[in-house]
Amino acid sequence: MPEELFNSTIAELSGLLDRGALSSVELMKAVIARTKAVDGRVRAFNSYDEEDAMAQARASDARRAKAKGSGSGAASRLEGIPVGIKDVISVAGQPLTASSRILEGFVSPYDATVTRKLKAAGAICWGRLNLDEFAMGSSTENSAFATTSNPWDLERVPGGSSGGSAAALAAGEAVATLGSDTGGSIRQPAALCSVVGLKPSYGRVSRYGLIAFASSLDQIGPFARSVEDAATVLGAIAGHDPRDSTSLRQEVPDYNRGVSDLAKSGRRWKLGIPREYFGEGLDPEVGAAVQAAIGEYRRMGCEVREVSLPHTKYAIGAYYIIATAECSSNLARFDGVRYGHRSKDAKDAIDLYFKTRAEGFGPEVKRRIILGTYVLSSGYYDAYYLRAQKVRTLIRRDFLDAYRDVDVIVTPTSPTPAFRKGEKAADPLAMYLNDIYTIGVNLAGLPGMSLPCGFTAGGLPIGLQLIGQPFKETELLAVASAYEQRTEWHLRRPRL
Amino acid sequence: MPQPNDLKLDHIANLARLSLTAEEKERFGRQLGDMLDYVALLNEVDVEGVEPTAHAFPVVNVWAQDVPEPGLSVEDALRNAPERRDNMFVVPKVVE
Repeated sequence: MPEELFNSTIAELSGLLDRGALSSVELMKAVIARTKAVDGRVRAFNSYDEEDAMAQARASDARRAKAKGSGSGAASRLEGIPVGIKDVISVAGQPLTASSRILEGFVSPYDATVTRKLKAAGAICWGRLNLDEFAMGSSTENSAFATTSNPWDLERVPGGSSGGSAAALAAGEAVATLGSDTGGSIRQPAALCSVVGLKPSYGRVSRYGLIAFASSLDQIGPFARSVEDAATVLGAIAGHDPRDSTSLRQEVPDYNRGVSDLAKSGRRWKLGIPREYFGEGLDPEVGAAVQAAIGEYRRMGCEVREVSLPHTKYAIGAYYIIATAECSSNLARFDGVRYGHRSKDAKDAIDLYFKTRAEGFGPEVKRRIILGTYVLSSGYYDAYYLRAQKVRTLIRRDFLDAYRDVDVIVTPTSPTPAFRKGEKAADPLAMYLNDIYTIGVNLAGLPGMSLPCGFTAGGLPIGLQLIGQPFKETELLAVASAYEQRTEWHLRRPRL
Repeated sequence: MPQPNDLKLDHIANLARLSLTAEEKERFGRQLGDMLDYVALLNEVDVEGVEPTAHAFPVVNVWAQDVPEPGLSVEDALRNAPERRDNMFVVPKVVE
């Protein structure tokens, strides 16, 4: 049995569970004990329900015993595995806050599709993980409740918006976690916390039951301790869903088998290095680690060539127009009428909206609602919103052009390692500029991953971003796995 | 493109049904001005003849069979209501 259950992978733990060397109850107890020991410092969870988690673990053990008795086939790999859930994804009967005062006390009346699928695969839905309010931010400092700490340096941010999901995993408080990614909210915290994070192609995973931020960009995806684990979780949550009209009717392959078949085939990958991603603003230590990773790919025999994504410098501008426009529309539903916070001193129905929203939303959410309302307002729509959508077309075209010559694009995930709490909090634009390498992927609807590729001299994690072609997650995972097999960065754990 | 100083915060806040304090107006006005200055960069791009992208993979005409399925029960739908009475959401008086 591995020394530390709570730091093990799904692959290792499912093997132990299959052999009867471990029960899900024992595993859940170990994760709960670890969470109690470290979460006072990490503060990854908004809440967790110990009793409910233990009941799920007992039910999993019972299912396993029953299957064994009836001689039915192997259990799902996720059977009995605790998976932490970002507090923006519904789990029936559990709180759902989006780390916002406006949803304080809200209890989900139903399961998100990804939740239902995880449960069907036997996973234990574990806890509610902190985020920037409504997933708007890159540090979790915009959470209305608390800032999560980076397990590698508690004075620093874990990234965001899915900072709780990345930090909980890095700290051993879950075996895998789910996050959501609108402009880098899975990949950037994965990079800053040294875990694997995967944003699937737009439409690959159902958004039903995910609190909407920017509907044309949002996508749910896994955080995991290995590429193999990320593939396992993706396989469980992907697929068409009649409840999300933007989810696509594409068959879900067996990702793990696909990755292993590709590894055996000896396929020589063609990797593209976009010159626009290695310019000004890139921290030298991050740049050096990413160049070293590219060197590793060359040594494996991959063909590495430079590509150009000429509209990269417009991506942040286009993104913050489109994302805020969509958020101003999506967040109109928080009006104090049917659920969530309601202002106590409203004098009429309209006043109720104004006061409820003023009291319930934090500053970043208000800023984005105002900006989004402005760019959609009469007289400005064409100049801002429509122009941004056209620039989006050009950004997407850049990627598709590059993929005529290469299979996967390789870049840094974040221009810098984890920054100190408070360092960028007063300057929203500086915080937005930090998303430079991740947001193009959302605008283009592509799958993207971050994987551990080194540490700074000061011991802070560095992430490598791999960007795949639409719906070619198997190829993307195979390229990621090839690097992971030859390196040991993903095996390091923070000292807590 | 319009100028950033066209940002009439009171008008926009009214459209967004969001009351702002004087301090928020001052701060947001400044920060949003910075943001609008920044996005003016998009004016450099030649978008003549370029179609807008609303979704990376547009899906049109998604049909579903017209078969009723169970929805939320009244109790579940009302469980998070700030105020309720007789299976309804209660709101402040709308008409005199």
